[in-house]
Amino acid sequence: MSRYLRYLVPLAIFFILVAFLYRGLSLDPKRVPSPLVGKPMPEFSLPRLKDPAATLSDSDLKGKVSVLNIWATWCVSCRAEHEVLLQLANTGLVNIYGLNYKDERAKAQQWLQQLGDPYVANAFDADGRTGIDWGVYGAPETFIMDKLGMIRHKHIGPLTVEALNSTILPLIAELQATP
Amino acid sequence: MIKKLVTILALCLLLGTGIAQAGVTLESFKFNTEAEEQHFKDLIEELRCLVCQNQSLADSDAELAHDLRAEVYGMIQEGKTDAEIVEFLVARYGDFVLYNPPIKPSTYLLWFGPFVLLAIAALLLLRSIRRQQKTAANEISTEERARLDALLGSTTSSKDKDQ
Repeated sequence: MSRYLRYLVPLAIFFILVAFLYRGLSLDPKRVPSPLVGKPMPEFSLPRLKDPAATLSDSDLKGKVSVLNIWATWCVSCRAEHEVLLQLANTGLVNIYGLNYKDERAKAQQWLQQLGDPYVANAFDADGRTGIDWGVYGAPETFIMDKLGMIRHKHIGPLTVEALNSTILPLIAELQATP
Repeated sequence: MIKKLVTILALCLLLGTGIAQAGVTLESFKFNTEAEEQHFKDLIEELRCLVCQNQSLADSDAELAHDLRAEVYGMIQEGKTDAEIVEFLVARYGDFVLYNPPIKPSTYLLWFGPFVLLAIAALLLLRSIRRQQKTAANEISTEERARLDALLGSTTSSKDKDQ
């Protein structure tokens, strides 16, 4: 028995190591889990992008399932995900709000005119202070809130059709179904 | 040859630290005392930048690091304690911002894993030493011992003759 153990124990240790290393292969160190998931969304009140006189605040996002997308015109991957955002908006399933992060107003408005506007409204976060409250560390980032304004999911990096189909749309449907 | 290599390595290290220090880009924050400035520097050394993940807030030149340094500076000026400032950042960015992670169930493996491994290694070592001692004692059978004694006896007697 102990004779087999002598070979089995190192083999077991080897497989445990393999399991950890294999898991490590599919982890992206750039994706830092947000402590905000499961918490109420941070309060904010910012001028809107298109109409600086009007404000957009967290209370505007409550009472329904909502998506908050953090974007900027200087952000290359934001351009890549824009098409996916338009697709999501076209489903009509959810209101997409934008947080225009550390951007220039004129450029951002031009961007929406040229590429299409998937957003119900955009908050203009010129100094990035609201971005810090949301734990933003690199646009694009996308949050999904339930009807009570709790953050249920954070997608880091550009949205993809796969992410939409596998995670985001099912989650939205689930959140819509709960009162 | 080895000496040369060592000097080259040492030079590289020196050069490296020089570059790292030159890379520190601290905005011109105003401090009332030198102690206050040191306090600020110590604090941002302990915090990790999320954009360039292997740099501290003090080292990083990322846009976000600039903003967070300003945020930390502002909080120090408001008289907030280190614990409050760290809590502010952890609430937004998670434990990831800490170079010194807290001890809690999800980090037990990180903190205690090496000690557990060390204990296991010590146990195994102890066991193998004990086993060796046991086998060493029983290594020679009585017949072998007799033969050995005979051989030893012959060598000692031959030695005696030589002298």
